[in-house]
Amino acid sequence: MTTTAPPTTPGPAPGGPSGASRPGAPRRRARNTDRGVNRAFRWTATGAGGLILAVLAAVAIFLVLRAWPALTAGGDVLGEEVSWFPEGASLLSFVGPLVFGTLLAAALSLLLATPVAMGIALFISHYAPRRLASTLGYVVDLLAAIPSVVYGLWGSLVLPPIVVPVWSWLADTLGWFPLFAGPASPTGRVLLTVALVLAVMILPIITAVSREVFLQTPKLHEEAALALGATRWEMIRTAVIPFGRSGVISAAMLGLGRALGETMAVLMILSPGLLYSFKILQAGQQQTIAANIAADFPEANPLGVSTLIATGLALFVITLLVNMGARAIVARRKDFSGAN
Amino acid sequence: MAQRIDVKDLNIYYGDFLAVQDVGMTIDPKSVTAFIGPSGCGKSTFLRTLNRMHEVIPGARVEGTVAMEGVDLYGDDVDPVAVRRQVGMVFQRPNPFPTMSIKENVLAGVKLNNKRISKSDAEDLVESSLRGANLWNEVKDRLDRPGSGLSGGQQQRLCIARAIAVKPQVLLMDEPCSALDPISTLAIEDLIAELKDEYTIVIVTHNMQQAARVSDRTAFFNIAGTGKPGRLIEMDDTATMFSSPSQQATEDYISGRFG
Repeated sequence: MTTTAPPTTPGPAPGGPSGASRPGAPRRRARNTDRGVNRAFRWTATGAGGLILAVLAAVAIFLVLRAWPALTAGGDVLGEEVSWFPEGASLLSFVGPLVFGTLLAAALSLLLATPVAMGIALFISHYAPRRLASTLGYVVDLLAAIPSVVYGLWGSLVLPPIVVPVWSWLADTLGWFPLFAGPASPTGRVLLTVALVLAVMILPIITAVSREVFLQTPKLHEEAALALGATRWEMIRTAVIPFGRSGVISAAMLGLGRALGETMAVLMILSPGLLYSFKILQAGQQQTIAANIAADFPEANPLGVSTLIATGLALFVITLLVNMGARAIVARRKDFSGAN
Repeated sequence: MAQRIDVKDLNIYYGDFLAVQDVGMTIDPKSVTAFIGPSGCGKSTFLRTLNRMHEVIPGARVEGTVAMEGVDLYGDDVDPVAVRRQVGMVFQRPNPFPTMSIKENVLAGVKLNNKRISKSDAEDLVESSLRGANLWNEVKDRLDRPGSGLSGGQQQRLCIARAIAVKPQVLLMDEPCSALDPISTLAIEDLIAELKDEYTIVIVTHNMQQAARVSDRTAFFNIAGTGKPGRLIEMDDTATMFSSPSQQATEDYISGRFG
């Protein structure tokens, strides 16, 4: 399919008597140089694209190879040899709650972060005066530069005294709802606190990408809505948000990717447990894969490491599936995306 | 319902820049009024003041009055959103909402205006609006397909259907055919001739034959030079404008001697 277009601009013609005596020569040489650059660029680009696939494949192969001993060993062997492996569990029943905890934490944080991020993005792109908008955008981007250890410290030291009363109130008034089942832990080291911190951590990326997408809404469509008698909010609802929909989904998936893999903040805040539990206000209920790897790694023998890598393989698969799901959502309404 | 528009002493600004100076004119109900003039003379800018779309641009403002049946559109208690619901607009480039189907596009304005509409009413409205825009026969089998899949001329007629679905009193058209081929242009011109039975139509066009074909009255705008404000030079019955205009500048422009 790709045909090399003839060079539109002739290369620098070499001066000198030899070039002048053979008028055909300089042009031919210029074309050859162009073709060389062309080819070099094509190979560089193809190589860069291929490298990504190679890295992905290498990660997958590494995970499978190193997880193999744990995958093939029975639950009883793991229980005997790995100190922290729960008694009488199989690998699957060990990974299951971790997967559950990871997904729950990530989903909650996404639920908290996406509306706020969209609000900030819309404010910056369509409501704020220009100077305030750029300052605000800069501040939000700064949030992304804070190391996750700092978020972890903040989440474990500063946040609990503030959120514990709120969580208790939630448990008291909305306790009938399974998620908010009481009693709320007085330490505040619960999944909802983790989700809150994760939400703050993924806020910048979702905001930044959404903002860019909203800013790209064609003026023509905004004016079409306004000319029909739309208020500013109605204009945003009919023209801006539908146009940015797939972009916001992509942004949310980027955030989700970070939330799924976040280690330090979760490790420092959450009081872990290995249950399939929706009780996000109680301590010792859930744990995430990444935080579990970090917690158990220091005291893991070779089979233990293999077990942890098996959980890492699960995380890898989850992330792939989530991204594929997001792509499918975006592609389903491709005809209506505005890209045509 | 169509209404008469009286413009008096209108100055139009972008920030401190006076773009159009001292326009006064009367636009008759149920007629087609064409604005002609060289590029940059302010005819589109003026058109956009008739439904307060001008002020959407940051820093843009007007002085003077635009009165519809005696009510100043720029009065203190007038909501620009309400004005735009009475004065529909069709843009230079077709701009159906790409995320909506043909049907949703037609109903977009109605959904904004009174939110709730029964399913059968909605279907009737879609059909009558698309028929009104001479598009029904071409799209009746694919109302749920995206509007952006239509040809340029069909998209523009879809935009006209969307505009007339909210039953405005005035329809503004900003060079509606400039992005279209001659056949689609003809379709839109025929449509304009039909629409003027019900609506007051104001059309900006660069095509003088088009102005001569579709309009009852023609206004000629001109600009003295770069950085100077545009002005209304002359406005008269189209036949008079194209045969014996009273201003030399109009005659020069129409006969192609400049511009």
